[in-house]
Amino acid sequence: MTPTASPTASDTSALGVFDDVVRSESSLRRFLHGLPGVDQVGCEARAAGLATRSIKTTSKAFAIDLAIRMVDLTTLEGQDTPGKVRALASKAIRPDPADPTCPATAAVCVYPDMVATAKQTLGDSGVNVAAVATAFPSGRAAMDIKLADTRDAVEAGADEIDMVIDRGAFLSGRYLQVFEEIAQVKEACGDAHLKVIFETGELQTYDNVRRASWLAMMAGGHFIKTSTGKVQPAATLPVTLIMLEAVRDFREQTGQMVGVKPAGGIKTTKDAIKYLVMVNEICGGDWLDPDWFRFGASTLLNDLLMQRTKMTTGRYSGPDYFTLD
Amino acid sequence: MTNIFEYAPAPESRAIVDIKPSYGLFINGEFVDGNGTSFKTVNPATEEVLAEVAEATDADVDEAVKAARRAYTRVWSRMSGAERAKYLYRIARIIQERGRELAVLESIDNGKPIKESRDVDVPIVAAHFFYYAGWADKLKYSGYGETPLGVAGQVIPWNFPLLMLAWKIAPALACGNTVVLKPAETTPLTALLFAEICQQADLPPGVVNIVTGAGDTGRAIVSHPDVDKVAFTGSTEVGKAIARAVAGSDKKVTLELGGKAANIVFDDAPLDQAVEGIVNGIFFNQGHVCCAGSRLLVQESVADEVMDRLKRRMATLRVGDPLDKNTDVGAINSAEQLAKIRELSQVGEDEGAERWSAPCDLPANGYWFAPTVFTGVSQAHRIAREEIFGPVLSVLTFRTPSEAVEKANNTPFGLSAGVWTDKGSRILSMANRLRAGVVWANTFNKFDPTSPFGGYKESGYGREGGRHGLEAYLKGADA
Repeated sequence: MTPTASPTASDTSALGVFDDVVRSESSLRRFLHGLPGVDQVGCEARAAGLATRSIKTTSKAFAIDLAIRMVDLTTLEGQDTPGKVRALASKAIRPDPADPTCPATAAVCVYPDMVATAKQTLGDSGVNVAAVATAFPSGRAAMDIKLADTRDAVEAGADEIDMVIDRGAFLSGRYLQVFEEIAQVKEACGDAHLKVIFETGELQTYDNVRRASWLAMMAGGHFIKTSTGKVQPAATLPVTLIMLEAVRDFREQTGQMVGVKPAGGIKTTKDAIKYLVMVNEICGGDWLDPDWFRFGASTLLNDLLMQRTKMTTGRYSGPDYFTLD
Repeated sequence: MTNIFEYAPAPESRAIVDIKPSYGLFINGEFVDGNGTSFKTVNPATEEVLAEVAEATDADVDEAVKAARRAYTRVWSRMSGAERAKYLYRIARIIQERGRELAVLESIDNGKPIKESRDVDVPIVAAHFFYYAGWADKLKYSGYGETPLGVAGQVIPWNFPLLMLAWKIAPALACGNTVVLKPAETTPLTALLFAEICQQADLPPGVVNIVTGAGDTGRAIVSHPDVDKVAFTGSTEVGKAIARAVAGSDKKVTLELGGKAANIVFDDAPLDQAVEGIVNGIFFNQGHVCCAGSRLLVQESVADEVMDRLKRRMATLRVGDPLDKNTDVGAINSAEQLAKIRELSQVGEDEGAERWSAPCDLPANGYWFAPTVFTGVSQAHRIAREEIFGPVLSVLTFRTPSEAVEKANNTPFGLSAGVWTDKGSRILSMANRLRAGVVWANTFNKFDPTSPFGGYKESGYGREGGRHGLEAYLKGADA
């Protein structure tokens, strides 16, 4: 099963609700700083508590297939070549060549210059091409360059754009600038879906993560994403918990759903299942879909495949029985 | 509303515990039959009879006290603190080694979820023995002298069978006392397993004696003339009877009784974490917690939002098989307690409060009560004043910090309280004005052996835990 094009996510209609909020720097600041605070100890305890859920047998099989369908199979290296990207794209379409019942991943995630290559292999398989843009990973470039980077990826055929926010602007309190950058990138995306990367490892506090989440949702992001994978810590359970609470509360207020994508550091099936439990218990079943939750990962997929084979055959196979890419 | 992600059953195995068909009394290091009849202990989740347990008579209690006295005079009070510590450390380590066995048995006999017995009860039990083992050779720095009292008679409740045992036995032994302890009649099994652990640790005979039984056995212990110290945790009603029974004697007494704690949520609180704290405050251990946050005081300006979030969260609580690793709320401990919870909940409805229960399927057998919240409760309602001791929350609102303090203190109890606010200065001022033994700030129901615990007013007197917990088992600096 392949992810369908997202339903009417938070398109500009959501903006009307927040017109007063984003009218000025000070009104936006008042709103973001007026959000309920996060108690660090309590938040981490809640995430750790959910991580003790024991997911066995049928529920584990369900979770593994769902997790595979949620993977944005990623390669973001200086050493990426067309050959590497073609191999990865093939793997995304058919992750386990030995088992045709194994679902495809949601997308392949590459740098903009590799979009055309990925698109060529993926064709109409239903697997999307996601491109990181806006001077990924640091976001340190002039705005027109970020926009050109985005348009370039979209023109090459990207279905999804993963942008980074300007953390410098965010941390120095220039929220309106961050808001406007997201809105402009979104415009440059055209029909492509926009994921907004916060780099939570640089924002540091949970209060900041909550504010960044609301900022990105109000600016029209379809997804909010934790990290680039280039900064440690990348995705963590408590950070994702805060983002899930944010999308849940945003829907309560606006009726619009926004997706969440933890990225970086999620390597094992056990980890992935912990995230799915959290999605299930914080946001509910509506978010248990590749349209609304993704994993940004490279090595996770093979562990999911190994566990999947174990579930169906009762035996573990070594890594040699699964393709590298 | 069906969820697409249903969790398959994940039961913890019962195979690790070996429940005998019948149990005797543990006196002078050995299991003996005793002179009385026996009673049955049941699994509250299934109503299955687990074992027959001996009911100790006055004569049995007398035997136990004599054994404790002998052990006190000849062995334990003469032993150096460092030597006593070795035994306590040994017991603590065996508790850790046999932790899974203790947790499973506790969940079977008590009905609490395995998640809690495994992650909360048993680890804190071991921590208590480790902590007081550390004090045993340092009593001269305690401020309360280093002279033990003698024989301690201890009576504990059914809500935390093993943890209350640890709170009682660890400080008593560290200070050089010997004990006669009675576990609750509905939850005797882990105390009897603890008796086996005492044997395994080669604890000298008579230092710990476990006598099972109900109210008469408890009365025999506290009124025994050769008991020097009475420690009780349980209901205020029984606590008052004990205070009367020991009045005029030389016995030292500590009582840890009921509570009706206020959990106070201000409008600037971290709301998602506050909701977790409210849930943990009242639904932890099915609300069978003397310090449970059973009265939610929420600032009017956020009351609706907090209630919406709370109900949404309550709907995700998983009620059922205590041995399933995904269970959040287990079984009510006994038919008697279930009847009491039902009765008071009915009173709440009759008095005009609005009742809401989490939607959940309760098992057909066993004793169950769905997590329930009452809104529109006023101070005059019985459910705002009396301890329900079950998964039932009463919600009241307030407008100002002063009103919150007045309402929180307007109760005959004073065991614990919670304050939720992002403002540090408000936490400190509230803590100063709340008349409760424990005030939690932005958390609830957190226990640690280093932290003293105990109440004001009808919640009892004396402190357990920490350095303060030593006072109850030592004669004082002047002795």
